[in-house]
Amino acid sequence: MESQLPAEFVVNVDHERCRRCKRCVINCSFSAIEFKDKVTPNHRLCVACHRCATFCPESAITITENPLDYKYGYNWSPEIRKNILKQAESGGIILTGMGNPRPYPIYWDHMLIDACQVTNPSIDPLREPMELRTYLGAKPEAIEFEGEHDNISLKTELAPQVKLDIPVVFAAMSYGAISLNAHKALAMAARRMGTLMNTGEGGLHEDLASYTDRIIVQVASGRFGVTSKYLNNSAIVEIKIGQGAKPGIGGHLPGEKVGEDISKTRMIPVGTDALSPAPHHDIYSIEDLSQLIYAIKEATDYKKPVSVKIAAVHNVAAIASGIVRAGADIVMIDGFRGGTGAAPMIIRDHVGIPIELALAAVDDRLRQEGIRNRASILVGGSIRQSADVVKAIALGADACVIGTASLIAMGCRVCQKCYTGNCAWGIATQKPELVRRLNPELAADRLCNLLTAWGHEIQEVLGSLGIIAVESLRGSRERLRGVGLPQETLDILGIKHAGIGQ
Amino acid sequence: MKIDAKGLHYRPMNKIIRDAVAAGEKEFELDNVGGQRYIGTGLNEPVKITINGTPGNDLGAFMNGPKIIVNANAQDGIANTMNAGEIIVHGNVGDIIGYGMRGGKLYIKGDAGYRVGIHMKEYKKQVPVIIAGGTAGDFFGEYMAGGLIILLGMNGKSPIVGDYVGTGMHGGVMYIRGKVDPYHLGKEVNCLELNEEDMKLIGSYLKEYCEHFGFDLNEVMSGKFTKLVPLSHRPYGNLYVY
Repeated sequence: MESQLPAEFVVNVDHERCRRCKRCVINCSFSAIEFKDKVTPNHRLCVACHRCATFCPESAITITENPLDYKYGYNWSPEIRKNILKQAESGGIILTGMGNPRPYPIYWDHMLIDACQVTNPSIDPLREPMELRTYLGAKPEAIEFEGEHDNISLKTELAPQVKLDIPVVFAAMSYGAISLNAHKALAMAARRMGTLMNTGEGGLHEDLASYTDRIIVQVASGRFGVTSKYLNNSAIVEIKIGQGAKPGIGGHLPGEKVGEDISKTRMIPVGTDALSPAPHHDIYSIEDLSQLIYAIKEATDYKKPVSVKIAAVHNVAAIASGIVRAGADIVMIDGFRGGTGAAPMIIRDHVGIPIELALAAVDDRLRQEGIRNRASILVGGSIRQSADVVKAIALGADACVIGTASLIAMGCRVCQKCYTGNCAWGIATQKPELVRRLNPELAADRLCNLLTAWGHEIQEVLGSLGIIAVESLRGSRERLRGVGLPQETLDILGIKHAGIGQ
Repeated sequence: MKIDAKGLHYRPMNKIIRDAVAAGEKEFELDNVGGQRYIGTGLNEPVKITINGTPGNDLGAFMNGPKIIVNANAQDGIANTMNAGEIIVHGNVGDIIGYGMRGGKLYIKGDAGYRVGIHMKEYKKQVPVIIAGGTAGDFFGEYMAGGLIILLGMNGKSPIVGDYVGTGMHGGVMYIRGKVDPYHLGKEVNCLELNEEDMKLIGSYLKEYCEHFGFDLNEVMSGKFTKLVPLSHRPYGNLYVY
């Protein structure tokens, strides 16, 4: 069927300035630019990834939204009409990538941080040590010491702990969803910055073997590449139950992306679909989850913290309580604005709850039940800036995970076409000619720069709050105030409205 | 090494086994086993473990090499994500056996429960094999991505297998000794007759199987088998629009 869909973007080429070097033609991985005597765009194929515009030496290319106006209709928005046309032409589920772009409320932007004035002075982070270090893992109810004076040692046996030099961890993104070069960059940056990367559910490529002490390895329903060696060569083992961008549904790496290398890492034949069913078919209860948690602990001799990752859904607090009681050392909660390599649009845009509310609810519940110490809380699902990290920690998180932000640091332009495998920036692709566009060393530098910058910013905020350690901020909701939020939301977040003092 | 498992919790018991394996012990005999979980889980050495009694769930999970013989029934989750090795059960087994199994053999004398071999997969020379002598429950071979499952139905019970056989199957092959009514089958499965090559393939595994349990190979092979294969390696490829 011939498509009636108009082009989403228009590629404008200034032929006066263009010197016909064809760099744009070579760089466009969506075939949206051809050379026919002159640079000739095929507007319909443009996804606004900015690759051509970035690499045009004359800055002769601009990309604009197609100004073609639909007859005004607040209810029948152009996006909704485009989706209907697309489905009328195909009969398919609309697939999309990255995070939820719809204008749902972003609660981070309705929370403001406190600062010290006069009576308890702020601290200058330039002169004073500001600790960003934190540890992931179950903490004991109490600690006991033995020995005397200068020969004191810890008597309490601690559960395994993983040290983070900065409370920001790279989010789970599988090799398959993103390229090996992207994985390498994340691993190198994690090592340099004293934090962690996460394999996602696609197994661990052998090239990353030397980074295993900085890697969270994931076990999902497809169990791709999961062996006892994989579990033991890790910092943390994470059971993936759900993902913020697609709560309650599985993953699906199409067969055409399963080439030789991915086949080896996932341990499945070349060209077959890598299907991760929605549930683990051996987990139908908290008891079943506990069985898998302890299977992993047995297989790793109780030396690795076990994390359980869930999507933020309506009943998240009760579920998190069950997860902690099942024996998890870490609960990872992924909010509904979290990103994905591919998800049905209906799920990504309409299922789940915001991470801010989920985090507050989970932290409250675990405290009320007296089990907050038994697990660390990691949160993700659109952590966009260091301010979000500070607010999340004040709400009760131990650390944050960043996926999309780390991709943007590496060059991603958030064009949301990850599922096509044509990523012009060499990130969400497996095509060798595109993958090599991403230099892992340079990408690692960019990731380190981002985390370094965020680290300094967090230190600035800690100083202004008059505290010297990120651990002193954890769960300190008194240091947050809401603006423009209704009482019920403030109650869920456990914060006062701005203007109310102590 | 002989271990009396009576009253012993799985955690110290498995620790004794792990430490002994690390110290070079090659053979274990566990007596009075009564539901201890995770026996053989995560072991990477080609040791032999004989279990007298009923082991608990996740027997041989993530296992990579050992041979386990169970002289009784066994429970749920056997050979979960197993990579290599052999598990022989002289009795019936519970649900969800061979989940995500990627290699090795799981031979069961009697019946298996629900969800056998879900998401079993193969990789190059690693082809997992499950053979059960009796019947099996619903969701047999669901989401199967590789490997081989043989169900013999030799105890005369009917039906041999439950509903939703091979739902979402996209790799591997199943052989069921007897007739499978079409309403038991998932939508992604194709039902075929066996050819000579199939008979040769299952013959080689069944020979070994019969030796373990003392069955007559000729009698087993004389039954009429049904072969089940996936209709497509990409069952859900056309579901989406970009």
